[in-house]
Amino acid sequence: MMFDMLPHINPALVIILAGVLCIFSPSHFVRKALMIVAPVLAGMMIFQTYDPINTLRGQFTFAGIDFTTVRIDRLSMIWGYVFCLAGLINGIFAFHEKCKISDSCALIYTGAGLGAVFAGDLITLFMFWELTAISSVFLVWRGGPTAYAAGMRYLGWHVLSGVLLLAGAIMYGRYAGNYDFNNIGLDVPGGWLMLFGIGIKAGFPLLHTWIQDAYPKASVTGTVVLATFSTKMAIYALARGYAGTEILIYIGVIMTLFPVFFAVIENDLRKVLAYSLNNQLGFMVCGIGVGSAMALNGVAGQVVVHIIFKSLLFMSMGAVLHRVGTAKASELGGLFRSMPLTTIACLIGAASIAAFPLFAAFVTKSMIIAAVFENHNYIVFLLLLFASAGVMEHSGIKVPFFAFFAHDSGRRVKEAPTNMLLAMGIAAAFCLVLAWPFGGYQMLFALMPEPEIAMEYIPYTGNHILTQLQLLFAAMFAFAMLKRLGIYPDEKRAQILDIDYLWRKPGLAIAKWSDGMMTRYEAYQTRFVKQTADKAAKRLYQVFSPAGSFSQDAPSGVAALMTACILALALFLVYFIR
Amino acid sequence: MFNILALSQAWLTNEAPVAIVVLPLIMGAVCALLPKERLAWFCVLITTLICTGLSFLILRDVMANGTISYALGGWDPPLGIEYRVDGLNAPVLMLISVIGVICTLYALRSVSAEIEPKKRGPFYGAFMIAFAGLLGMVVTGDAFNVFVFLEVSSISTYVLVAMGASRDRRALNAAYNYLILGSIGATFFVIGVGFLYMQTGTLNMADIARILAESPESRVTQVAFAFIVVGLGLKLAMFPLHLWLPGAYAYAPSFVTAFLAATATKAALYLLFRFVFTIFDPTADFIISALTWLLAVLGVIGMFFASFQAIFQSDARRLLAFSSVAQVGYMLLGVGIGTMAGVTAGYVHLLGHAMTKGALFLCLGAIWYQFGITRISDFKGLGKTMPWTMGAFTIAGISLIGVPGTVGFVSKFALLTAAADKGWWWAVAAIMFTSILALIYIGRMLEAAWLQDRPKVDGVDVATREAPASMLIAMWTLAIACVVFGVNASWPLELAGRAASVIMGGAG
Repeated sequence: MMFDMLPHINPALVIILAGVLCIFSPSHFVRKALMIVAPVLAGMMIFQTYDPINTLRGQFTFAGIDFTTVRIDRLSMIWGYVFCLAGLINGIFAFHEKCKISDSCALIYTGAGLGAVFAGDLITLFMFWELTAISSVFLVWRGGPTAYAAGMRYLGWHVLSGVLLLAGAIMYGRYAGNYDFNNIGLDVPGGWLMLFGIGIKAGFPLLHTWIQDAYPKASVTGTVVLATFSTKMAIYALARGYAGTEILIYIGVIMTLFPVFFAVIENDLRKVLAYSLNNQLGFMVCGIGVGSAMALNGVAGQVVVHIIFKSLLFMSMGAVLHRVGTAKASELGGLFRSMPLTTIACLIGAASIAAFPLFAAFVTKSMIIAAVFENHNYIVFLLLLFASAGVMEHSGIKVPFFAFFAHDSGRRVKEAPTNMLLAMGIAAAFCLVLAWPFGGYQMLFALMPEPEIAMEYIPYTGNHILTQLQLLFAAMFAFAMLKRLGIYPDEKRAQILDIDYLWRKPGLAIAKWSDGMMTRYEAYQTRFVKQTADKAAKRLYQVFSPAGSFSQDAPSGVAALMTACILALALFLVYFIR
Repeated sequence: MFNILALSQAWLTNEAPVAIVVLPLIMGAVCALLPKERLAWFCVLITTLICTGLSFLILRDVMANGTISYALGGWDPPLGIEYRVDGLNAPVLMLISVIGVICTLYALRSVSAEIEPKKRGPFYGAFMIAFAGLLGMVVTGDAFNVFVFLEVSSISTYVLVAMGASRDRRALNAAYNYLILGSIGATFFVIGVGFLYMQTGTLNMADIARILAESPESRVTQVAFAFIVVGLGLKLAMFPLHLWLPGAYAYAPSFVTAFLAATATKAALYLLFRFVFTIFDPTADFIISALTWLLAVLGVIGMFFASFQAIFQSDARRLLAFSSVAQVGYMLLGVGIGTMAGVTAGYVHLLGHAMTKGALFLCLGAIWYQFGITRISDFKGLGKTMPWTMGAFTIAGISLIGVPGTVGFVSKFALLTAAADKGWWWAVAAIMFTSILALIYIGRMLEAAWLQDRPKVDGVDVATREAPASMLIAMWTLAIACVVFGVNASWPLELAGRAASVIMGGAG
């Protein structure tokens, strides 16, 4: 019985249940055990219940809507595995932290992300979608007093995203007659709405500001968790619903390009990573826009390695923040002496994100770029190459350089805690293994949606390695040159104006002005309504109240006369009205 | 043994239509002569219980076998007087006798507080006569006999209202007003019956209907119709002929008010149904125009006027009295719509409103009994000082507003549907709007009772003083009935559907 039911239970529920238990668990160790065991259990559930034929499960009908609560096919499975792995790494990384709220929210958030990926219909997707927003905002708020406002903005964006998704889903459902979550496209009612809803979470240009706003302000462990799920869940939704939608190619390219400039001048290294996150998402969105099997394979692989190396980078910066108390480039430097292991981890992460040969993104990113090339989008191809160099610039060099090398800040701190080192170690190992030419990347390929097509792609050709190295060394050379010539922007404490300035200053001013005007208008309207109502009430009172003209006790004579009048009326009616 | 039981039951069923009228008439005389009030009360209780049993037998018989006809004194109709019970009047019989039992239960404590001791025996006697008169009005199949029972019940009702004088002297004035107008109404009615007799030469309702259908339309019939509608309109407090009602309801003894509000206007309304639809031909042009302009339009105007008047009342009983006038407007609107759905809705509203308004007036009586309060401004804190009474009041109040889950909703919804089917959107709007007005006037009382603190006397909170058990049982029975019939909406709708099919069947 139990085993019959198992395939119909969304593995996400295991993690969410663990998160709920965490809320009530008084023991720190019980909570940590749950944080580590639950993702492993969920991962095992995915492995046990995966069935290539019978992918749609957990179906029931409620209120006239057919729900499909579990869908584990090749596309969602790879997301599921990597989410479970990330959950495990996050659990280990946060092992030292004694906080009920963080633990339970991180678990529920992980579960919600996983549930959204396994959702087979739009309504289930929406519910998990909103759950990610609600559970994750607590992680932002854990970042301290400055994070409160950012958390509110974050929540606003995400609730808006969910609302757009639901509105689009309802329009789509009424058009299609069901809420099944398959390829949607832009030609159906609600398609654009849902794209915008997903786009907010995926960090589309102009809608991306919440990423750089909230992630750097969250707590040490919170950022690592946050950076994993929301955006990649959105990438999954795009891959499922909008694969091959051409506009995504251009959106993706813009996403890869603009963060490069912001990231170069940004001082807060966690914010630099947040920008590079956006850049990485751009590659994935671009790949989804191309939509070929090769591109989608690349996107899925990129998601896997990206989650791993991105959390590795955030973990290393988190470890620095944990020990030093800041992640600002201007106040760091020379930390390689006191935190050698963290430095190594960070360098592996940086090499991975920059797609050095033998490091994770080398295989997957090139798959996406190759797919773009095959699609004959040559300009896009060149822009992506430029963006790759940019990635090298800000994430590959800037982050480790300013944190661990550069001029010595004179800080001497302890090495990161063991659990953090362990978590970083696992992530770093995956970065290396998944790009290992002899049996390493083939494991990743085997997990991809179309493994046969993926296997046809040979990443380690002399040509490819050479091109990539040229690109990377050119970027390093540029960095060195600029640094040498003093042109490279110094690490300064400065506020960078991103597009969110538009939302936060002129937007706020307009909102405040309209609010003031509305208040005045409302006051005027209220007064008008009140005066009118008072007048009407007075009139009514004069007529109907016990002292009013209609309620005075009529003498019997008047009443009798009234009766006669009504009789006359009745006679008139029956005589003359036809 | 069983044979005897079966036989006696068969006999009872046969004789029930006459026994239900004769028994309370006789007991009225007995009660008036009984030396002890307790004894008189007990007689009344037994009588009303028996009448309830009889009405139940009748209702069951009608449901099973259709129309019952009873020839009084063995003189066959149309010469003799016929008592005739069908789906239209059997539920009303049941309603009157059940309300009679509930009010009697309540009367024990309330009468001892409101009536001078030596008048209590006669008071019960008068109540029995009024009770018998109402049952007679409903059960009889003879037009002139209706007038007789109308007068029997009316005259005893004037007495009952006047008995409120020992509580409030204004009852005398109210009773006098009621007497004058009631007499005018009865006179109009009998004039109308006279015209009908002139036209048809018979007083038996079924016979009149048959002859009217055969003969061509004439002025005499039309005049008869006008007189009868206006006469009954006075009795059922049709706007603007309701002027007697607020005074009578406000100053009569509590139990009388509750009984009258639940039954007297309802019996008159039943007669309106009976005359308009089964005796006259409702498809005739002159009747359709009268239904539309006289009943529906005046009903809607009455809904507005009386609701507004209710909102501004300071006396709770006058407030409910005006609300009754407004509610009569709903029933008249149902009649005026004139379709099967409309008649059904009006009839359900008749049944539902009897329970609702009965419960509300019983609660007011209990509040007066404990605290001597009738002004709404004095209601503050009643939710704490009399929680059970206010609980019943609240349930009945939301039924009056028409909140889903109560019988008030069932009838209002039926009425809305009927009006919409007919295409009378102005009536739909009027129903919605006056429901909001009902929310306001009921809300005023509920707000004072539940949301304000209990009053202080010499700086000390007034203690909780709940009504006696007999009163609580009475009002809660009706309040629960409001909910039960609201949840099981099929019961009242089925009864009303049968009544409407009698009417529409009679219409041919």
